[in-house]
Amino acid sequence: MGKYIIKRLISLFFVILGVVFIIYLIFYLLPGDVTQFILGVNYTPEGAARLREELGLNRPFIVQFFGYIGNLLHGDFGVSYLSGAPVSLQLFARFPRTLLLVACSMALCVAISVPMGVYCAVHPKSILSDLMQFLCSVGIAMPSFWLALLLMLLFSVRLEWLPALGSVSLKGIILPCVTLCASFLASTMRMMRSSMLETLNQDYIRTARAKGVGRRGVIYRHALKNSLLPVVTMVGMNVGTQMGGSILTESVFSYQGIGLMLMDSIFSRDIPSVLGCIVLMALSIGVVNLLVDILMLYIDPRIKASITKGA
Amino acid sequence: MDKEQNNVLLEVEDLHVSFATPVGQVNAVNGISYTLHRHEVMGIVGESGSGKTVEALTIMGLLGTNATVDSGSIRFDGQELLEKSEKDYVTFRGKEVGMIFQNPMTSLNPVYTIGRQLTEALTVHDKGITKKQAQARAIEMLTHVGITQPEKRMKQYPFELSGGMRQRVMIAMGIICHPKLLIADEPTTALDVTIQAQILDLIKKVQQETGMAVIFITHNLGVVADICDSVTVMYAGHIVEQGSARDIFYHTKHPYTQGLLRSTPSIDPDNNERLIPIPGEPVNLLALPDGCPFARRCTQCMEKCLAEKPPKTEFSPGHIAYCWLYGEGKEDGTHG
Amino acid sequence: MANSKKQHRTVARGALRRFLHNRMAVVGLVIFLCIVALTVYAVFAVDFESTTAIDPPNRLQPPSAAHWFGTDEMGRDIFARILYGARYTLSISFAATLVAVVIGGIFGAAAGYVGGQVDTLIMSVMDVFMCLPSMLLAIAIVVALGNSVGNLIWAIGVSNIPKFARIVRSSVLSVRNTEYVQAAQVIGTPVIRIIFGHILRNCLGPVIVQATLIFAMAILSVSSLSFLGLGISSPTPEWGNMLSSARANMRNHAYMVIAPGMAILLSIFSLNLLGDGLRDAIDPKMEL
Repeated sequence: MGKYIIKRLISLFFVILGVVFIIYLIFYLLPGDVTQFILGVNYTPEGAARLREELGLNRPFIVQFFGYIGNLLHGDFGVSYLSGAPVSLQLFARFPRTLLLVACSMALCVAISVPMGVYCAVHPKSILSDLMQFLCSVGIAMPSFWLALLLMLLFSVRLEWLPALGSVSLKGIILPCVTLCASFLASTMRMMRSSMLETLNQDYIRTARAKGVGRRGVIYRHALKNSLLPVVTMVGMNVGTQMGGSILTESVFSYQGIGLMLMDSIFSRDIPSVLGCIVLMALSIGVVNLLVDILMLYIDPRIKASITKGA
Repeated sequence: MDKEQNNVLLEVEDLHVSFATPVGQVNAVNGISYTLHRHEVMGIVGESGSGKTVEALTIMGLLGTNATVDSGSIRFDGQELLEKSEKDYVTFRGKEVGMIFQNPMTSLNPVYTIGRQLTEALTVHDKGITKKQAQARAIEMLTHVGITQPEKRMKQYPFELSGGMRQRVMIAMGIICHPKLLIADEPTTALDVTIQAQILDLIKKVQQETGMAVIFITHNLGVVADICDSVTVMYAGHIVEQGSARDIFYHTKHPYTQGLLRSTPSIDPDNNERLIPIPGEPVNLLALPDGCPFARRCTQCMEKCLAEKPPKTEFSPGHIAYCWLYGEGKEDGTHG
Repeated sequence: MANSKKQHRTVARGALRRFLHNRMAVVGLVIFLCIVALTVYAVFAVDFESTTAIDPPNRLQPPSAAHWFGTDEMGRDIFARILYGARYTLSISFAATLVAVVIGGIFGAAAGYVGGQVDTLIMSVMDVFMCLPSMLLAIAIVVALGNSVGNLIWAIGVSNIPKFARIVRSSVLSVRNTEYVQAAQVIGTPVIRIIFGHILRNCLGPVIVQATLIFAMAILSVSSLSFLGLGISSPTPEWGNMLSSARANMRNHAYMVIAPGMAILLSIFSLNLLGDGLRDAIDPKMEL
């Protein structure tokens, strides 16, 4: 068990290393002179040269890269070109908000899609489940930024129930959360439905019924846990996509998370901040995936056994 | 007479079951009738698609949503099962009738421990039972079905057990509530040959100790010979021959039963007879023939067999067959 | 060989029949064909000038007979802009899908066919890429390369490579282990011929299905990036940037938000239906 987690942590480290490498390489190859952006109207060739020296931009790529990694290991994300403050300050101030947004949206997504999926699987012929499935097909095709605008139009402009932009209050999280959740709701519900349908056809469900377990017991005790397995895996994999989606959602709603920070940094060419945001996102995705895999060990005893046997 | 009635546990009468499928209506069970007495072990024999499993699932009320019972009646211990609602059935299954299935590898829920699945069979029927009592009963049952270290097994998951052990667990689960009837649907088919014999012995032992009735579904006549008192042979959802094990094996009447016997390997080492397969393919259940369902594969087929359903012929009390070879011209007590 | 070709044809015919029986899939196909037809029609019939020309007297007109979807803040006809935008969105998405299919297909096929160290290497690189949300990767590439149609294609194409490589690899692996490929190897058919003759033909089904679905996702990515200001920027009409510029006047002119969003929704919706239908038609049990 412990061995497995350590193994996973080591592989996570290398994956993050790879991610940082790719991103770092992309930005290293970035055309245009960074110093021009930083110095702006104060640009002089001498000043630029001095600045390059100061920022270590003259060093070879590999040296820069490992320097960056070394700093990362100390929790140092570099200094923002824009503000001159450590990137980590802003990053850690913003990160919890994104985390909260993603967590809320995932919780909402699971809370709605699992019961809906179960309903559709258990009542395959009802009109309600046909309707839900149609809405899902539409939901999957819905661009999240468009949904965001529509929600804003309805709840902020027409009904004036919720704040539209940049609110830091608890109410301000509702619309971003619903928007982010909507794009995953449909796929999770579909997955839950097909998984539940498949589980209900299994032999052990017949066994449970044969020994006298009632309908509710069969569905909620015997089928649900089994059919949740692929759904949990999928929700875990969606964390990454949700993080990516948070960039759009945060931008539309001016929600002060790292998605918005990333966009702002991109437009101001603040490379250390951009890098910091991407690294932190990749790191959190890796950690969440690991947590989901560990959670799976507790849900499905077979996986646990295969790991203890394998290790 | 009264005593005789009292002695009857299960009475199936003219049962018809069909499935709605995209290609049409599949007639799985076509008018079967039989009587099962208390403490009796009855074998139902037939090839795949003969309707034997469907028939068993009908008794259990476990047919899928695409299946319908078109007509007939199933009386169990005085109650009509086909009139039961799903709600009534929940209290009936497992308590009155237990069932074990063909594939023990997939018949246990992979995410719960053996102990939990066993005790659940108790707690769903007896809400008053304490957890401790249920545990004790489960361990007792595991010992009973020949599982060593039952306390340890209780905490294990199905995937940690071998196929034979899982089938033992299934048997323990099937009989834990002392049902009056146990339906065993090909319980040995998916197992190794050596394990098959052990499981058969176990079912025999459990039956003798508890005295419950058993319906043993199999495609293997050899298995039937070993443990059954009476045998029902099914083909294409029809009963073709019925009788005591002795009748079926030594006074075989129906050509299909004869074919089955010839195609069953004998365990007797001195028996060097060749196995003779039954020619032809199983009948299409979508469009049943007018005559005898077996006619097209029958080596003794007559014109009449293709045109009309064969009558029932009773050879000795309880030994009947549906075949024109005997019905034609001969005296027939019940049917015309 | 002739026999297998014939067999293949019957398989294809069966798939076609199943596809045509799937009502939703046919609806998807029809919607998508309509979108493509309108786009092509727009290329010849709509004057491009009118979509970008500023016409202040007619600004912010609600939908009417003259302007079906109204006009935007510069007085440009939204319907015409949507039709023209379709050209950009659809062709960029299609090209990006092609990039993903070709490069991902090559990597996946190589990994699956060669196996061993090559497989491990390619797939661990893909794993690293998978750890980055494709949106994030696309943003990073666009930022690094700069805003242009070509770069947008590369950004979205490259970010979808890993998904593709995985699918092609797994279908190559499953075909590779079948008896007939092993038999072909035993009788000495050259490796390249095995790849093209057997494996590619068998991968074709899953690849087409996945390409359809990735096409839909690429449309979403193109419009998302343009919406964020990282794709095609105004005044060139594109669905995403139309929505982005509609935001400013959304409060009083909600109609501006509706049409471009519907265009994106319908394209993705129809492609998804099409993809799902194809999947069910080609292999009802295939999981994607």
